Amino acid sequence: MGPESLAQVLRPLRNIFKQKDFPDLLVGLDVADDAVVYRVSDDLAIIHTVDFFTPVVDDPYTYGAIAAANAMSDVYAMGGEVKMALNICAFPPKLPLATISEILRGGAEKVAEAGGVLAGGHTIDDNEPKYGLAVIGEVHPGRFLTKAAAQPGDALLLTKPLGTGIITTAFKGDMADPSHLEAAIKSMTTLNRDAARLLRQVEVHACTDVTGFSLLGHGCEIAEKSNVRLRLRIDALPFIDGAEKYAREWLFPAGSCKNEACYKAHVRFDPEIAEETRMLLFTPETSGGLLFTVGSRDLQRLLSLFTQHQTPCRVIGEVLEGEGIDVVK
Amino acid sequence: MGKQVDARGLSCPQPVILAKKAIDEGNFPVEVTVDTVTSRENVRRMAENGGCRVRVEEAADEFKLIITR
Repeated sequence: MGPESLAQVLRPLRNIFKQKDFPDLLVGLDVADDAVVYRVSDDLAIIHTVDFFTPVVDDPYTYGAIAAANAMSDVYAMGGEVKMALNICAFPPKLPLATISEILRGGAEKVAEAGGVLAGGHTIDDNEPKYGLAVIGEVHPGRFLTKAAAQPGDALLLTKPLGTGIITTAFKGDMADPSHLEAAIKSMTTLNRDAARLLRQVEVHACTDVTGFSLLGHGCEIAEKSNVRLRLRIDALPFIDGAEKYAREWLFPAGSCKNEACYKAHVRFDPEIAEETRMLLFTPETSGGLLFTVGSRDLQRLLSLFTQHQTPCRVIGEVLEGEGIDVVK
Repeated sequence: MGKQVDARGLSCPQPVILAKKAIDEGNFPVEVTVDTVTSRENVRRMAENGGCRVRVEEAADEFKLIITR
């Protein structure tokens, strides 16, 4: 579902639940974010989120691991730690049990790696397989991260390279080089946990993760909710090998067009940037990295921490006054 | 001569892949029929980016892209 349609169907729900009636709901109704945050006590809030999707790769174990890493990423984008998860499954009745076992094992081992527990789930019959998790995480009620706190002068950083969406789409069309797919899988199965832990060492302002609405879509959300402008430097953006090649071949999924239609009014490109590069930045990502902003005071220390822990992280632009996104050379 | 490609009912990138194969074969004009705006835009932009000219005919719920070089 495209972002515009989603906003349209969610709007009427605002009349049913009013934020003022739920003072312990710290994030959820008035300003949507990656996950909801609910205060349980003065020093504990729970983060709750759900995500599932159809297979992005052929191998069932890998599919399960990617879906789980993607679902848990919302907890990390809010600055928390994963505590518990439930499977959400839809499988064709004729799908071999061994295949289903592998999907579930991929997901469960990813939850274990995150330090959480997979405690149950629910399954229905469906023609097309679907798998994901409902996840509960925890965070201090005064220390969660949102999209709404970027400040002019901040640096804008990204912790994973881009290109998972176009590479898996090219793979579905039998057009992808196996080495490119392998690099995309490695990225998609990497938890954002290490990155989220390093973010807690400094004062991060705004944070989200890059998934279905693309780098520019999720960037627009930060810009809009924080009331700032983002400037992205195209030469600073990291891409998985193959992503730019498949963009030149125009192997974009339908989601690229939907995102472009929704967000292009807020994005200004340098005229020298090629059309396929623009489209690539509108292309959905799966289990992408954390996109966040940090003040200049903390920037060097944070980059040193990422280097020390051998976790990738790159400055891709900066936060300015204004609105929308400028993409510059 | 020319080449007809029926990409109705297919989702991206399949229409683009089929159209690109036909363009690479070189039997112009290549006529590609699609049934979504997304497919129309993706095929059109792929072809134009590859140096082709594209004319779009719209009929009912379908689009026919006539691609020439």
